[in-house]
Amino acid sequence: MVDFGGWDMPVQYPAGTIEEHLRTRTHAGLFDVSHMGEIDVRGSDAIAFVNRLTSNDVTKLIDGQAQYSALTTPEGTVIDDLLVYRFSEDHLFLVVNAGTTDKDWDWIKSHHAGESVELKNVSPDYCQLALQGPDAVSILQKLTDTPLSDVKYYHFSKGAVDNVDAIISRTGYTGEDGFEVYAAAAEGERLWKKILEAGNYGSDDGVLPAGLGARNTLRLEAGMALYGHEITEATTLLEASLGWICKLDKPDFIGRDVLVHQKETGLTRKLVGFEVTERGIARDDYDVMINDQPVGKVTSGSPAPFLKKNIGFAYLPIEFANVGQEIKIDVRGRLTGAQVIKTPFYKRQK
Amino acid sequence: MANVPEDLHYSKDHEWVRVDGGEAVIGITDYAQNSLGDVVYVELPKTGEEFAAHQSFGSVESVKAVSEVFTPVAGEITKINESLAEEPEKVNADPYGDGWMIRVRMSRPEDVDSLLTAAEYEDFTKAETE
Repeated sequence: MVDFGGWDMPVQYPAGTIEEHLRTRTHAGLFDVSHMGEIDVRGSDAIAFVNRLTSNDVTKLIDGQAQYSALTTPEGTVIDDLLVYRFSEDHLFLVVNAGTTDKDWDWIKSHHAGESVELKNVSPDYCQLALQGPDAVSILQKLTDTPLSDVKYYHFSKGAVDNVDAIISRTGYTGEDGFEVYAAAAEGERLWKKILEAGNYGSDDGVLPAGLGARNTLRLEAGMALYGHEITEATTLLEASLGWICKLDKPDFIGRDVLVHQKETGLTRKLVGFEVTERGIARDDYDVMINDQPVGKVTSGSPAPFLKKNIGFAYLPIEFANVGQEIKIDVRGRLTGAQVIKTPFYKRQK
Repeated sequence: MANVPEDLHYSKDHEWVRVDGGEAVIGITDYAQNSLGDVVYVELPKTGEEFAAHQSFGSVESVKAVSEVFTPVAGEITKINESLAEEPEKVNADPYGDGWMIRVRMSRPEDVDSLLTAAEYEDFTKAETE
């Protein structure tokens, strides 16, 4: 168990990180992600308000749809990445990272400039369980009357799981199909046990509970950013290769002008994915060398259990930020060869 | 309960030593492999390299972390377990057998006398987990 953003969480369960990772890709993994934060935004200006504070276009959402987005600084850098859920025209639901919940809440409140919205930090009220993997649909269907095949990717439904009111969201942080289930905090333990039971926990092809270790290796393999690593208040959305959640032609949002300017003048550095081609494992904060010069640092580095290689992300000067670029990683004093490759490293078969 | 074979010597850094003639066979204990989790990479020295007692001779990596490994005895590396390059998981599966790491020709065989017995190591690990 470790402290993660003020929460006591398991790095792994008895099966171990590698087995938890592989089982999630082949069958199902269950993650307790109740540490995530939730903020309710209600009122006639809900959409306009959130659209001003985030980079993606909230007006494109329909009831029951969610989008990946970012809270931005005036410099176009990242306060946090988040999901924006639209319940209705006057009710949005923001899901933010655990370690940044307080920061985000303060930021959002302090940027309330008279819009007709009511803001509430409802993080303590919710538990969240993520069931991910090709078997997620069939497992969860045993516990709900909601026809899960009707809940499309990045859409959600208000329903019930094991007769407990829940938001069933077809989203996740693993690169697999699956759901994130939000329910009243007090129901978390019961839902956890029920989902494990429905998923045949204990059998070789059943669901496995999965910890922070597998959560990290899965999202990294799937090419997904982690706040505090690939995205920070020192990285712009465009540098982080998140231009796709950056709708520069929507009405003004915080940091938009800087991002527009950066797009026009061009980036000086960019986030790339790499695989280690010689022996060794690249880890967070290791130096990246080109022609014996340090040019950047590994933002996330780890073995990729499903792909069976060692991968990572790093920011490189724009002239080197190309697929095929050979780099060296300083692995505790020894330089090991690596190469920039396309991301995502892993993409599930649809 | 971790396995602690009677016939081995132990260090406080969780390595074991099996004396075989004038040589020491060295690896990490069951307690150590269990704490580490799945071993994904093992860094070993080259044969011919010399080490002082308790000097780091390499490292063992799990998915999340890197741990140095220390030789409990001084001497010269005569052999390394090359199979760990392709099969690092042997360290987890058989830490005292197939998971062995290095063989050392001891420069001071009496180094072994200052190591822990199985019983002492067991007490040591119990105290660590409290």
